[in-house]
Order: sequence, then structure tokens, then C-alpha cells
Amino acid sequence: MADQKSKGVKLYGTSFNGHTTMVECALRLKGVAYEYVEEDRKNKSEALLKLNPVHKQVPVLVVDGKPIAESQIILQHIDDVWKDPPHLPEDPYKRAKVRFWADFVSKKVVPIMHTIVTLKGDEQKTAADEFGGYLQTMEDGIREELWTGGPFINGDNPGLLDVVMGSSYTWIKFIEAVAGVKLTKREKTPLLCSSMEAFVELDAVKELMTPPEVLLQSRGNPGAKTTATSDD
Amino acid sequence: MAPPSDDLKLLGSWASSYTHRVQLALKLKGLAFEYAEEDLADKSPSLLLYNPVYEKVPVLLHRGRPVLESVIILHYLDETWPEVPLMPADPYDRALARFWCHFVDDKLGPAVGAVFASPSDGQAAAVEQVHENLRLVERELREGAFAGRRRFFGGDKIGVLDIVLGCGSYWLAVFEEVMEVKLVDPEAFPLFHSWLRDFEEQEEVKAIIPAIDRLLEYARGVRQMMLGLSTRQQ
Repeated sequence: MADQKSKGVKLYGTSFNGHTTMVECALRLKGVAYEYVEEDRKNKSEALLKLNPVHKQVPVLVVDGKPIAESQIILQHIDDVWKDPPHLPEDPYKRAKVRFWADFVSKKVVPIMHTIVTLKGDEQKTAADEFGGYLQTMEDGIREELWTGGPFINGDNPGLLDVVMGSSYTWIKFIEAVAGVKLTKREKTPLLCSSMEAFVELDAVKELMTPPEVLLQSRGNPGAKTTATSDD
Repeated sequence: MAPPSDDLKLLGSWASSYTHRVQLALKLKGLAFEYAEEDLADKSPSLLLYNPVYEKVPVLLHRGRPVLESVIILHYLDETWPEVPLMPADPYDRALARFWCHFVDDKLGPAVGAVFASPSDGQAAAVEQVHENLRLVERELREGAFAGRRRFFGGDKIGVLDIVLGCGSYWLAVFEEVMEVKLVDPEAFPLFHSWLRDFEEQEEVKAIIPAIDRLLEYARGVRQMMLGLSTRQQ
């Protein structure tokens, strides 16, 4: 694992932040040594504002003094630099599919997760159904275009989409507890459920997976304020 | 010398800057392809079949298999036909290019669109948002990672970020005329302005971007329709 030596890697993140978790998981799965810097979301450091002047938020990964922001872009960069084990398939068509579904999560799945906790009653139920619909779309698409067996979307070992979904698992459970809705159904999305359940048990990332009870304690019901999964 | 492109088809729309990105990339790489114009008001069965999730153009079909989302298509083209690379060679530069491509699609593009959609008496805030985003691009050109580089984000030649930012930036001039606002003051954004001028002067770009008259006519038509709709709603 010659290329796994530390290149001076620093991650600026926030606890209980899904985007930060995604990046940490990717680094750990690749065996990359890194320094973690906890940012206070209400009082951002000068360093962070300098490293990410465009968006002013976590996560930011700094490699040999060069900063990269935006979790999806960081994930691709991590795979670009540390190639073993690969988180993207080799085939360009399959890579395009992985990128498509990662983008779909950002565009559709994450926003609806934010929305669910801010709504009540029938509106919340409708939003939960929308979430379920997106997961179904992903399940069907991934089965058709990418998955060839194994507990993970990527096969026997986790890949980029497993990192993205696996990191979201605790948030999905958290929203289920807070909103009193069932968001994932194994009979409908068996692959996504298998991927997320297997992911949170991986030795490399286990300690990063905050149990929903702990999230509940730290965030309470986010319906009254900014939702927990947002970058801010 | 064009490498064999074995069965490439592009579903697109003539006024779509996302379509232009792919057309430009194909041209730069010397790849032959079949083009099918989509009427977005009456989408073809093919479009709905190949892009059921978003029902949008562009859709690239390679050997009958669809690749979706313009930036993802650009990556695909680069990985499948690595000659005439569009992505930078260095991983960090690649990450930067991706970051700014995402900025264009997530921030700058929607801000420009918001100007176009703004009511006649409510443009100022939308225009300021565009300026705020352009200031970030200008700063990056002046003192960020791209500072001191050659003509384009890609170096001496156009690269992926030039394509993504450039295809769409022509709307700035169009909207300036249709909306009677100043979006790109060369004095406020000198580096962006000169980059855009250089981009638009490239032969391949001139061959792809529709004539400004057509774009103006199109924009005026859409604007009329939008204003007409909002008056009816009042």
C-alpha cells in the first residue's frame, strides 16, 4: 500500500454532519492517515473560511496544503489519488452510472430528507413517500445498470455509492424516529438496505456511525430549526 | 484524423447550453456522431426511454447505451477517448475543475436564469446575485488556483471547465439585451470578460454556438411568454 502514506491530509468537518461522515468513511476505507479538525458550525474558523471562500462550509479536505470542498467532489478526488481499493468501477460506462446515481442522491434524496423533518401530518407523509419513490428509482436503476452481486452496490466491497448511502443510514433512522415514518422497506429496496446495513458494520467505519439515539440527543427534533444533515 | 467513434448519437436541443457542451466536446475530440433534435414541448419516446428519471437533454447514446447529465457525459467521453483530453492531467486540477463545473451548475447558472425570470421591477436582487457569483470566478482567475495560467482554464487549449462555463455564458449577452441589464461589465470583471472573448473566438466554439440573432429571438419569445403568464395571474 505504498501510495497510502500520509501526504499531509487534513479534514475539516463537523460532528453529526452527513457530508463530513461520507468523506471520513472514504478516507478510512482507503487506509489514508489524516488529521481531523472539528469546526464549530456557529463559529467558523478563519482557516476554514480561507480554505473554502466560495461556500464557507465543511467538509474541506486539504492534501499537501491544497484544499478541496464539496463532499461528492472530495469523494471522487480521494478515489483519484488513492487508487486502492477502488471505489469506482473501471469501465467508463459503469463509472458514468455511479456518478449519475451519486448526483441523484445530491439532487433528490438529500433535499427530501431535509424537507421531511420540517413538515407535519399528511404533508410529511407525502414527503416520506417521495423519499421512498427516489430510493425505489435508485434500487431499480442500480440493479439494472451496475450491480452484479454481493452485499454492496459495488459488489463484495464498498464503493462510492455505498459510502454515500451508508453514511446516510443513521440519518434515515434518525428521521424515522423523529417523524414517526418508515422510510426504507427491505422488500422494496433490498439492495440499498443490504448495502447500508453491511456498511455500518464495517470495521473501518463502525466508530463513525453515530447511533440515531445519540443524534436524537444532540439534535432533538429538528423540525423547529435547521435540519441536521445540512452543510452550514 | 477522426478516431472511429462506433455508433454515437446525441439527443439534444438547439438552444440548450448543456447540449452545446457535449457537441463542443465531441467536436474537439473529432468524434463523428448522429444528432437528433428534441422538441422539449413534445418529448420523443426515445428521450423518455433513455432518460426516464429526468426526461432531459442531452442524452448521449454510445452503442445504444445512454449516458446522462452533461458533465458526466464529458467525463465519459474523456475516459473512453483519452486523445485530446478535456480533463486536466493532475488529480488536484481535476478536482478544481469539477468544483467549478459544479459551481456553474449549482450557483452561477441558476442565478443567471433567475435574472431572466425576474419581474420587470424586481431585477436588482437577481442581478446582484449574478455579480456575486461572477466576483468569485473573477477572484479565482485573479488570485486563485487558476491565476497566471494561460488563456483558458484548461491551459493553452479549451478544457472541461472552459466548455462548461463557456457554453451558457453567451446567455449573459443575450439576457443583457433582452432584459436591459448589465451583467458583465468588462471593468468589473476584466479577466472573465477576456476569457469569454477568447473562448467565443475558438473555431470549434463558433461552429457550435447558435447565431446570437436566433438566441435573442428565442429569449425574447420565452420572456414574452413568462410576462404574459404573470400578468394573467395577477
